[in-house]
Amino acid sequence: MTEKQILRKKILDMIEKNSRIAISEIAVMLGEDELAVANELKALEDEGVICGYHTMIDWSKTSLDAVSALIEVRVTPQRGQGFDSIAERIYKYPEVQSVYLMSGAFDLMVILEGKTLQEVAQFVSSKLSAMDSILSTSTCFILKRYKDHGTILAAKYEDIREPVTP
Amino acid sequence: MREPVSKKTAAIKPSGIRKFFDIVQEMDDAVSLGVGEPDFDTPWHIRDEGIYSLEKGRTWYTSNAGLKELRIEICRYMKRTQGLDYDPLTESFVTVGGSEAIDLALRAMVDPGDEVLIPQPSYVSYEPCAVLADAKPVIIELKGKDDFRLTADALRDKCTDRSKVLIMPFPNNPTGAVMELKDLEAVAEVIREKDLYVVSDEIYGELTYSGRHVSIASLPGMRERTIVINGFSKAYAMTGWRLGYAVGPENIMSQMIKIHQFAIMCAPTTSQYAGIEALKNGDEDVAMMREEYDRRRRLLLHEFADMGLPCFEPFGAFYAFPDISGFGLTSDEFCTRLLREEKLAVVPGTAFGDCGEGYIRISYAYSMDDLKKALERLRRFISKL
Ligand SMILES: Cc1ncc(COP(=O)(O)O)c(C=O)c1O
Repeated sequence: MTEKQILRKKILDMIEKNSRIAISEIAVMLGEDELAVANELKALEDEGVICGYHTMIDWSKTSLDAVSALIEVRVTPQRGQGFDSIAERIYKYPEVQSVYLMSGAFDLMVILEGKTLQEVAQFVSSKLSAMDSILSTSTCFILKRYKDHGTILAAKYEDIREPVTP
Repeated sequence: MREPVSKKTAAIKPSGIRKFFDIVQEMDDAVSLGVGEPDFDTPWHIRDEGIYSLEKGRTWYTSNAGLKELRIEICRYMKRTQGLDYDPLTESFVTVGGSEAIDLALRAMVDPGDEVLIPQPSYVSYEPCAVLADAKPVIIELKGKDDFRLTADALRDKCTDRSKVLIMPFPNNPTGAVMELKDLEAVAEVIREKDLYVVSDEIYGELTYSGRHVSIASLPGMRERTIVINGFSKAYAMTGWRLGYAVGPENIMSQMIKIHQFAIMCAPTTSQYAGIEALKNGDEDVAMMREEYDRRRRLLLHEFADMGLPCFEPFGAFYAFPDISGFGLTSDEFCTRLLREEKLAVVPGTAFGDCGEGYIRISYAYSMDDLKKALERLRRFISKL
């Protein structure tokens, strides 16, 4: 890796874990010039490497209703377009969180978020399964999130070391 | 009744850290920058090997010197990091932490009245271990102006006809100082000239931030007079596993193993299995932790400069050793008041030798959030002085 690639990787690692970190702080921690970091961040945004600065929320800790489902979808690819056009038809729905093309026993993995089980079921039966090229779907509801995006949700970090040691 | 306690034991001063520990224990909302161990958990694949060994029922003693496979990995590590060849069977063995190895090395090498040269500020156990081995500890004061490195002159000054062993405590706890090749070369010349043996405590050898650590054993003529002590506590975040090792010439190793065999039997078996995994597949974890410490180290130094706290740049371990002599307080007063007034625990430099006066040890083995919170308290305290 070139020096620039290493710096980019380091910046990305840092903001992936904490998107609210100040540019000045990144610069201090990496021992880099603040302007250099700002420029690199701008470039990463322009190139679409950084696609947004989102917040990780554990909705199950709120009083709001939320269910998520992973839906395995088998489709017939279309001539000339492969899976792209069917994927697009799916991902245009705002309730669809993610769509991935997969290797293995099925083709598309669709992650869906809804308020209730019924809402998700409704989407699968009336929207998804009704699309022409879709052969089958298999819906798995998420019951509990233990870890998401590298963050363990189940346990909170607690420093239980002896406070003063040699 | 007769006095139950030996004079030798009774004469040993309790650790200067104890007092702060006791005060912190009484407070419920104290924040600490006083730990001497990593904040990371042991990497999971290493823990998993320990668990697996228990599941397989590997709950017996190992040979006194430790599992052969672990000793082979230890020697491979010495080869790949320092280019040094050691025979796993006769020139290496596994201990209960670096702590045990320090004790054994001194006991195996000194006779009553022999002098052990101990550079200070340094880790708390060298001096008492020397005393318990009936040696005479001779302190070499390291200086802030030398970035707390050991110089050839400082060593030569303290050498006498009875000098036998030099402790080499680098990368250093509490100062964070390292010895670079040129520094080691200068010191090695005196060591060879005065025919000293060296106990090199390289427990922080993986945690350096300005080039790789160089072992003094890798210098010409040094391998045969050096015992290298290392362990898993700091590099792999494995303090609780109590696992370390010593490598060195067979004539000394065999005597150390003899004491180890009678006093300890063997290092914990579960930990030894985990240790094999650490040395085989742990390099990436170490690199990740080193990188994280380095970021905190830079943040810390930046904050110190910003709050007007002078500090030389530490290139090793996970400590900084700022100079507080300008505030008109002793180290002990500074730390006691910091604890009482801001509920922040740090360790006075004097806990690591009298020449630590005027300094405090700040550990950055804390999450970035905790570190920032603690530094706010330090800043507030300093602004009031
Ligand atoms: C310089 C130094 N040497 C040795 C040790 C002992 O480490 P362990 O016995 O856990 O290997 C420590 C622990 O704090 C240390 O700081």
